[in-house]
Amino acid sequence: MAEFWTAYLWPLLWIVIKILAIVVPLLLAVAYLTLAERKVLSAMQMRRGPNVVGPFGLLQPIADGMKLFFKETIIPSGANRGVFILAPMLTFSLALIAWAVIPVGAGLVLSDLNVGILYLFAISSLGVYGVLMAGWASNSKYAFLGGLRSAAQMVSYEVSMGFVIITVLLVVGSLNLSDIVMAQKGSFGMFNWFWLPLLPMAVIFFISTLAETNRHPFDLPEAEAELVSGYNVEYSAMTFALFFLGEYANMILMSAMTSILFLGGWLPPFDIAPFTWIPGPIWFALKIAFCLFIFIWVRGTFPRYRYDQLMRLGWKVFLPISLAAVVIVAGFLVTFDLVPA
Amino acid sequence: MAIDTRSTDLEWDPMNALLAQYLPILIFIGIAVGLAGIILTASFIVARQYPDMEKLSQYECGFEPFEDARTKFDVRFYLVAILFIIFDLEVAFLFPWAVSLGQIGIFGFWSMVVFLGVLTVGFVYEWKKGALEWE
Repeated sequence: MAEFWTAYLWPLLWIVIKILAIVVPLLLAVAYLTLAERKVLSAMQMRRGPNVVGPFGLLQPIADGMKLFFKETIIPSGANRGVFILAPMLTFSLALIAWAVIPVGAGLVLSDLNVGILYLFAISSLGVYGVLMAGWASNSKYAFLGGLRSAAQMVSYEVSMGFVIITVLLVVGSLNLSDIVMAQKGSFGMFNWFWLPLLPMAVIFFISTLAETNRHPFDLPEAEAELVSGYNVEYSAMTFALFFLGEYANMILMSAMTSILFLGGWLPPFDIAPFTWIPGPIWFALKIAFCLFIFIWVRGTFPRYRYDQLMRLGWKVFLPISLAAVVIVAGFLVTFDLVPA
Repeated sequence: MAIDTRSTDLEWDPMNALLAQYLPILIFIGIAVGLAGIILTASFIVARQYPDMEKLSQYECGFEPFEDARTKFDVRFYLVAILFIIFDLEVAFLFPWAVSLGQIGIFGFWSMVVFLGVLTVGFVYEWKKGALEWE
């Protein structure tokens, strides 16, 4: 019995504990991201934002969650019930499981896959299915149009994201996320991170993540003025909440990817005393928070794009530039014999 | 399953080591789907459900829904999907090339440049044909 415990049960239990150590902080982060978004937006518009529920409105996300939990789950009579229920579950689960390979600190990762970035790319590609299934299963015109737009937009920007990732891989020579972070370690601290040598790529990547998560100024799938809410218009109660959690978890995931690829992951900005005292996961969280702040800042600043402008930016600007960048970066590395062995 | 109970064997056998890396992901998928299911079911049981005809009809800004929503839509969405498949495949080919550029050297570099060049010709053709125009 004791052998059974040490050989099978304990390792499994340990894995489950580690998974919970990812999921619980992530869901809390999502809850407080919604509050942070409302607070930052209100500060930008000289308002106070939510400040009634709890001190500084800190219990607002909990109240919102409870409200949605006690609402009626409406499944439209014309909908495909199975697909309709499956869509939010898929969006939510995909947003969670991508975190299995994200290293939050040196060695602090659930599964240190040697093809980590490929796994992330695959999981974020699957995100389209949740939106498409929701849009189609609802059997509602707004949801259908929102789903179509969203799918076309997400796949368009995914291509340039892929090319940008390739340029980083060329410099690193590994698909492992921890290797990508460690390749950015150097004597110049934050100026060794890839945002500086690959600056245009970092900008393209960040803008693509905005489009990939259907955020402002590319939030045409949700365009409340014309499509009322896009693909999730027929959803209510917890089915809607799962979409909401999934979308915000995806925002955090994309910020984490930006941090790992371009902002040095868990590395401190300078490798000297006061910075190295702070543990890696805190640096990583700070970088994610920085990216998320830009997400909200962009939302507070820019007007919405038109759909043809959005497609033009994706296919006629980002795709040629990032395609050329792959050849240029590879050519540079080969010419100056800098390719990692 | 006849897995040896000594944990060292897991590290020595490359196949087991590979699978051991993916086990946490499998468990994670199970937990994530289970969590989503539990949240939905719990809310469905706890909250009172009063469905009626009006509530369950599709939302169309207050009108009765006119017709089935799954009607024809713009062919350009198909075009985007086809273009996406081409370029995403290209990216998939680039992944192994990018990490092994150190081994394949200058020959590998130029082979990929030729491959990308062929695809760029196709891309220019699509552009000139107007497949990327949305207005």
